Amino acid sequence: MATDANNPSPEDAPSHDPWQLGQSHRKVDAMERMRGITRYTDDLKLPGMLHAKILRSPHAHARIKSIDTSKALALEGVFAIVTGQDFKIPYGIIPWTPDENALAVDKVLHVGDGVAAVAARDEDTAIAAMRLIEVEYEVLKAFFDPEESLANTDRSLSINPYGRKGNLSKRVLLEFGEVEQKISGADLVVEGDYFFEGTTHGAIEPHCALAHVEGDMSKSGILTVWSATQVSHYLHRELSKVLEIPAHRIRVIQPPLGGAFGGKSEPFDLEFCAAKLAMLTGRPVKLLYTREEVFYSHRGRHPMKMHYRTGFTREGKITGVDARTILDGGAYSSFGLVTTYYSGQLLCAPYEFASYRFESLRAYTNKPACGPKRGHGSVQPRFAMEIQLDKAAVALGIDPIELRRRNNLGSESTTVNKFRVGSNGFSECLDKVEAASGWRERKPKLPYGRGLGVAGSTYISGTNYPIYPNEMPQAAVQICLDRSGRARVFSGANDIGQGSNTMLAVIVSEELGLPLEDIRVLSADTDLCPVDLGAYSSRITLMVGNACMQAAQKLRRKVCAAVAKRWEIPRRRVALIARKALDLENPDRSVPLREAFCWAEADNGLLGEVGSYNTPKDRHGDYRGGTIGASPAYSFTAHLAEVEVDPETGIVDVKTIWVAHDCGKALSKRIVEGQIEGSTYMGFGEALMEQHVVDPQHNGVHASPSFLDYRMPTFLDTPKLEAMIVEAPDANGPYGAKEAGEGPLHSSIPAIANAIYDAVGVRIDTLPFSPAKVLAAIDARREQEAAGLVPEHKSGQTHGRRSA
Amino acid sequence: MSEAAFLLSTTVNGEPVTVAAPHHWTLLEVLRYKLDLIGSKQGCDKGDCGACTVQLDGEPVLACLTLAAHAQGREVTTVEGLGHCHGGCHPLQDAFDRWTAAQCGFCTPGILMSAEALIRKRGRAVEHTEVAEALAGNLCRCTGYTKILDAVVDASQQMHPAPGKE
Repeated sequence: MATDANNPSPEDAPSHDPWQLGQSHRKVDAMERMRGITRYTDDLKLPGMLHAKILRSPHAHARIKSIDTSKALALEGVFAIVTGQDFKIPYGIIPWTPDENALAVDKVLHVGDGVAAVAARDEDTAIAAMRLIEVEYEVLKAFFDPEESLANTDRSLSINPYGRKGNLSKRVLLEFGEVEQKISGADLVVEGDYFFEGTTHGAIEPHCALAHVEGDMSKSGILTVWSATQVSHYLHRELSKVLEIPAHRIRVIQPPLGGAFGGKSEPFDLEFCAAKLAMLTGRPVKLLYTREEVFYSHRGRHPMKMHYRTGFTREGKITGVDARTILDGGAYSSFGLVTTYYSGQLLCAPYEFASYRFESLRAYTNKPACGPKRGHGSVQPRFAMEIQLDKAAVALGIDPIELRRRNNLGSESTTVNKFRVGSNGFSECLDKVEAASGWRERKPKLPYGRGLGVAGSTYISGTNYPIYPNEMPQAAVQICLDRSGRARVFSGANDIGQGSNTMLAVIVSEELGLPLEDIRVLSADTDLCPVDLGAYSSRITLMVGNACMQAAQKLRRKVCAAVAKRWEIPRRRVALIARKALDLENPDRSVPLREAFCWAEADNGLLGEVGSYNTPKDRHGDYRGGTIGASPAYSFTAHLAEVEVDPETGIVDVKTIWVAHDCGKALSKRIVEGQIEGSTYMGFGEALMEQHVVDPQHNGVHASPSFLDYRMPTFLDTPKLEAMIVEAPDANGPYGAKEAGEGPLHSSIPAIANAIYDAVGVRIDTLPFSPAKVLAAIDARREQEAAGLVPEHKSGQTHGRRSA
Repeated sequence: MSEAAFLLSTTVNGEPVTVAAPHHWTLLEVLRYKLDLIGSKQGCDKGDCGACTVQLDGEPVLACLTLAAHAQGREVTTVEGLGHCHGGCHPLQDAFDRWTAAQCGFCTPGILMSAEALIRKRGRAVEHTEVAEALAGNLCRCTGYTKILDAVVDASQQMHPAPGKE
């Protein structure tokens, strides 16, 4: 059938007003979670199940001279032990950088690197056995600073064998237009250094995997792995590669997930170890990370050191952006190749750049590897860019919102790096936060110590090219209707709490007239569901939503045709709504959907349809790397923060964050609001509280590997969040929908930074905005004021000002 | 490993229970591993996240920091027992469902147990600020807390309607 999800034919348009789209829904799977019935991975228990633990390196960089497992194996209750020698095939989520092994083969690259795994009858026995494993290390010099690491010339100290000269993980240099000329000829050049500290995901559910073998794995046996992953398909592929088992003899199931935020988007040591130990023992094996292990596994936000030069005309138009960035990658590549591109490629909207150049270098260091965290690779440059804009607004005497409006790229446009942008609701986002905060009236009157700050951002709705090159659809959905009057939706997409199962049910409900409770969504099981690439890059609503809409529309046509045939009316007159098929011109005539399904099954045989979606391939530039970051559709966000800064202590109290997000079309209103609020909260935490760092003075141990020491905002810390939905429907999205899960994090952070400047006149260009840092900046400014070097900030407003 | 076990006699969600458990086990381990009450979650192992919150004689406690022996002869209520007196669905659970206050839902059981204790002790509809204080020991990483606060306030109003509203 030649149906194209990108261009639905006119007859696909619903013949009545939407009855589900844009409403608030009860999620299809929330009530069981709230009753404690839902089984997350660690809640699964199989007969004869063993428990496994991983022995981890106490050194940041060391050669493994020997491992003696004999004493551990002799312990009663120990069933098997594996080491790096059992996993010699390397893997990596990005096919071009397979630079890690399930367990360290001959070298450990950071504190917490896995060395051996034990399966025992219970966790206590596994822990006791771990302590009996004798590992002899030759400790090597460790690198904790990315620039020092890049400067290394001693090949014997190269951290990762994939590292190029000087522990270089990846370098990207791209230039668009005459940057030097456009910046040097500008009316104003703003130059600044920024540092974005590393942060981590902090999903409340720790990683967990359970593996089970049926039959003889050397012949036709089946390996099943349940894992708290957000990318079951990629896990499936890597298990097959590393364990040397054909993919069709591996089944990966993602049970309901307790949060991810990017922290579960690649395979981890635990899945390989549980699988291998299950194969060796013939018993089910479960491996649950401790919270400490989650911190050491990390794959979170890359620390980035950024130098920005931006040119502006007198009117505030951007003439050029020159960015130099060093990414601290940690010990492995993870998604780092993509992160390095994203650190530059995703900056080119919502503003029009007349020219642009970025150079990004990713260094290997002896720390837990960095990877994707919500807003992958683009939250850091957004922080720098939005402060640059704020500095320009102050220097030019232009209102910061007005400055952003003047640079707005607009809809149906092309970015300087040749990405084609469709719908764009950025201007409306700015309008909404401006009005809701009372910006115009209140900002000029706020006393010293109180301030408002604004920032804008954009994000992708999935990437046009998958992680491994192939021409197959990026998303597929299968829907079956049966004579009981229900729909079963099979989707490989990972619902990680963001509500993608409910999103699919809403689409099926809209198209087929079934209430949500009549729709069963079965997702993320590689035996039952079509391949889907998983929950990353904010791809699911657009891609899987399109595939689902296509399959549901095919079924709607069949059901409507069967009803129309019996009523002897044209098919277009039949509507499916609220568990009924009805005649639009004679609303008294209706038939229960269940019966309509029976008619359609009688006419067509079993009612099942598939839908698939592939991305447009004409929305990027023709240059090396030009596809990375290109998306079918872009979301837009504006944040506006109000802060109170205590000049005596440097404590920043964020009062309210207003956030308006253009998601194209909110398919389910409260779920979208929840994504906007959750993203904004996460940015707030990074701005003020969170730091994922290792301590070089103590051999690279994690400085805060617990929820007590890694400070995530609590109920009491979190400011008032006012989320507003903006809808600029995009032709590429299902019903116009774009992403909502990652974009609304970005500008949360610079909005707070800019509000701090408005409050007390200091720029905090490094994260987090800790009291000591803010206080030092206030003191420095006061000294400058006293020396007459800068005017007194908010000089007419003495309220709250500390006496010098 | 062979460890001395003891017999724990307690009441869980209204039902008397006697179970053998190692001395060093926490209440969370007994609930999850011995009684298959998986609703209480292990998020951090050390009392930092609140996902394991249950009630002991009506007081919210962290089951991961409570020795199982401490529950001897006492009444334990877990999220599985929350709806018992409400036809299976507590007004808090209904409000959380309506407000989409659970995203991944992993922290939700603990939050529900803390919130129920707050509303019961106050005996009236509660306000946002006191909810935030009562739930400060429960981390949620998905929601930004906004919808949870709204849902708890809403549920308390359902349970304690303002005079004249009935």
